Amino acid sequence: MPDLTTRIEPPGAVVIEPGAIVPGRARGAPPLRREGPDKLTGAAKYADDLVFPGAWFGATIRSTDARATFVALELDPAFDWSSVVVVTAADIPGENIVSSIKSDQPILVPIAGEIRHHAEPLALIAAPDRATLRAARHAVRVRTERLAPVFDPLASDHVFAAYELAAGDPDAAIATADLVLEGEYRVGHAEQLYIENNAMIAVPADDGGVTVHGSLQCPYYVHAALKRGLAMDDAQARVVQAETGGGFGGKEDYPSVIALHAALLAGKAGRPVRMIYERHEDITATTKRHPAIVRHRTGVTRDGRLVAQDIEIVMDGGAYCTLTPVVLSRGAIHAGGPYRCPNVRIRARATRTNTPPNGAFRGFGAPQVEFAAETHLNRVAEALGMSPFEIRRRNVYLPGDTTPTGQVLRDSVAAEEVLERAAEAGEFEHLRARHGAARARRAGSGTVPGSPLRTDRERTASGVGLALGWHGAGFTGSGEVKLASTASLELTAEGDIRILTAATEMGQGTRTVFPQLVAEALDVPFEAVEVAPQDTAFVPDSGPTVASRTTMVVGGLLMKAARRLRAGVEMTTGGTFAATYRDFARVNGALRVDQRFEPYPGVGFDDATYRGDAYPAFGWAACVATVDVDLDTGEVHVRDVVAADDIGRVIHPVLAEGQVEGGTLQAVGYATIEEIKLIDGRYLNDRLATYIIPTALDAPRITTILVEAPFSGAPHGAKGVGELPMDVGAPAVVAAIADATGVWITDLPASPERILAALAGVPAVAPLRPGASGSETTAASGSAGGGR
Amino acid sequence: MTTYRFTLDAAAVEVDVPGMRRLLDVLREDLALTGTKEGCGEGECGACTVLLDGLAVVSCLVPICQVDGAVVATVEGLAQGGRALDPLQTAFLETGAAQCGICTPGMLMAARAYLDAGGGQDEDAIRDAIAGNLCRCTGYTKIVEAIARAAGGPR
Repeated sequence: MPDLTTRIEPPGAVVIEPGAIVPGRARGAPPLRREGPDKLTGAAKYADDLVFPGAWFGATIRSTDARATFVALELDPAFDWSSVVVVTAADIPGENIVSSIKSDQPILVPIAGEIRHHAEPLALIAAPDRATLRAARHAVRVRTERLAPVFDPLASDHVFAAYELAAGDPDAAIATADLVLEGEYRVGHAEQLYIENNAMIAVPADDGGVTVHGSLQCPYYVHAALKRGLAMDDAQARVVQAETGGGFGGKEDYPSVIALHAALLAGKAGRPVRMIYERHEDITATTKRHPAIVRHRTGVTRDGRLVAQDIEIVMDGGAYCTLTPVVLSRGAIHAGGPYRCPNVRIRARATRTNTPPNGAFRGFGAPQVEFAAETHLNRVAEALGMSPFEIRRRNVYLPGDTTPTGQVLRDSVAAEEVLERAAEAGEFEHLRARHGAARARRAGSGTVPGSPLRTDRERTASGVGLALGWHGAGFTGSGEVKLASTASLELTAEGDIRILTAATEMGQGTRTVFPQLVAEALDVPFEAVEVAPQDTAFVPDSGPTVASRTTMVVGGLLMKAARRLRAGVEMTTGGTFAATYRDFARVNGALRVDQRFEPYPGVGFDDATYRGDAYPAFGWAACVATVDVDLDTGEVHVRDVVAADDIGRVIHPVLAEGQVEGGTLQAVGYATIEEIKLIDGRYLNDRLATYIIPTALDAPRITTILVEAPFSGAPHGAKGVGELPMDVGAPAVVAAIADATGVWITDLPASPERILAALAGVPAVAPLRPGASGSETTAASGSAGGGR
Repeated sequence: MTTYRFTLDAAAVEVDVPGMRRLLDVLREDLALTGTKEGCGEGECGACTVLLDGLAVVSCLVPICQVDGAVVATVEGLAQGGRALDPLQTAFLETGAAQCGICTPGMLMAARAYLDAGGGQDEDAIRDAIAGNLCRCTGYTKIVEAIARAAGGPR
């Protein structure tokens, strides 16, 4: 229970209107995107744009079984195998393991080994040209013996990770609650769908090492994977990030697999090898957002106070562990939503199925559970006859409240501010009252059998929905301490100021925000600060570019490094850094500051008990969505979204708005149209023609309100922004659909089929989930060629 | 192999390639103009959009034999008259309409076709004009803003 007597006063959040310039944040207008001109003229070089003379083309031979024993790889003797190279597990010089949290995923399945998912890599081929490569692929036959697969995460007995968080006595509290509501929510796979496919080019080096150039988020993850799989030392394995066309988590761990494959082929061929995935292969083989089943049992008082939350989460990890334990951990911690509740039980587990491994995707476990939590809270409000805004206002975290891990929210707590700002700007209560009247008018006048909604006059129903969310900034628990990132700043002998980090630019603005922060700390122009390329031969391991940590954590390290560099120069020269650093360099030579991560003051987490400060700070977001629902077709048009996001101190308003807008649209896609169907463990819609993402016509008008509640632990006061908006969009849209139609969609996406079925009062046709079989999939399993 | 001649970004070019080779591959691999991107290879994403006789087309679905004698414009030729950026590119830069940048060349070409056809600042018309170009980063908000800004400014 929060101790009300010591409640800390709210920090007085500052609200920034879009486009506003705030004194003290940065001098003048924010700088333009550093690499913008190159991207706008076509000069920027993405992996597939890089030319390596004599490079061969690589391809992956993949499993067509969900689970099987790999019996043999048969090479057609009629093909001239001397014209290509073939790599199998037997060619791997190091450990046949893709380095990650657990050591369970092979680089290539060995002969006699177990194939655990469809599209699993079995062998590799490289050829001098695409035609030869195609011919070689057709001359390979994979022989397997099928094993019984497991597709249902609820039925799987292999648990990758499990967590339990508890506070108070939820069973007793539920027994005495005025109202108890239960609900089950399901979300499926989702594809990151960066527009640039995964791509990696390996170039063998004379010393037996390899350099890979590729599209990736985390140079040192790839570096670690190469060292382990290829038995190389730090210098032999070199990773260089090419310009990267979007990541969203999808280029966090899978690039390690592709880099290993390309490097194995390059090593055997003795020449550069290009592994450029086409869209079909990228969707078929690479990681997706974890599907989840979330059950809520909530007790409230008559006046809408939460007294108990009992939550069970099951995530489908897919065939290998990859990042699943940390995805689940983040999901468990965020599962209750940003609300104070004295009695909480959150049980979470992730299990193994024979589907391709699931991994990181913007939000990392939080969007799944927050969709469930927010939709459930909206249903609780409905059951109480209370406004969704009011129930949130009565329960929202305030400074001094305690989270389910026992974390006392000390500063930078702006949940109430974002809630009020979004509700006000989105005219939430006003629109809700209007839609309620429209629903009442329609009631009973329907012409759709079983539905009270459709009338001849009104084909379209409008609705407004509200959701509130939170997102822990940076790695979970002791993650940042274990990472122990280093960011460096160098004044070169030539008098250049250079930033050295492994933090990648993938659209979010790293290459602009970092020099902005350093320039401000050194009091030099933005243009005077360079950013070194993300090349493991030159930059230190500043950790992965994930978890909304780049500006907050790595940017914070750079601020500290800049202060030290400045002090060092000014102590020697006696003048200001800006006026004297060139002279300093000429006289004294280079000066480099390596800034290592230090724990945030007063922040601690115990991994053993899972108690403590799960994150140094949380970002807070509220979203108001308005929709039109076509009552004949069930189609949803999301018209407007107001997003209010507290991201701590805003470093670059244009880039921050861009993150909120982009994340919001991804959430709208998650809510309405993005869905992956599976048959026998294979993704059925594995092309861009069938996996649909929002176009400019599907996108709502998005209004962004940036709220600044600075995080006192970071030198610049910044928290994360990348993932936060992804957490709230989907539940806001689903609430708006309910406001329009009176029906709750509990399985994402809220497709026309699900909406029509709900309107007609019948259960929707069961989705094609991993466990789907029998009559539901008869038509399609013929085309899958499985015949099992 | 056949010889095909066309005008590319105001220069006359000639290529000897099979007639069904994709315009995208001719640009990227034969002419080393890698500004035009491939996102899906099936005409869904629009990353490979170029102008063919002034119309926005997806170059992954255009065989080179259909380009013979035509005028092709790519992102590399957008800025004219010795300028580093043309007003459309400047508007994208200033509004933050390019994030990861992979959709940007195609988006710019679709926008250029819209503006060249006399398109104005109407938001719905702009959204319609770029509906064939997928962007996963921006939510389209700032792209629409950039095109509207370019439509309103001096040409």
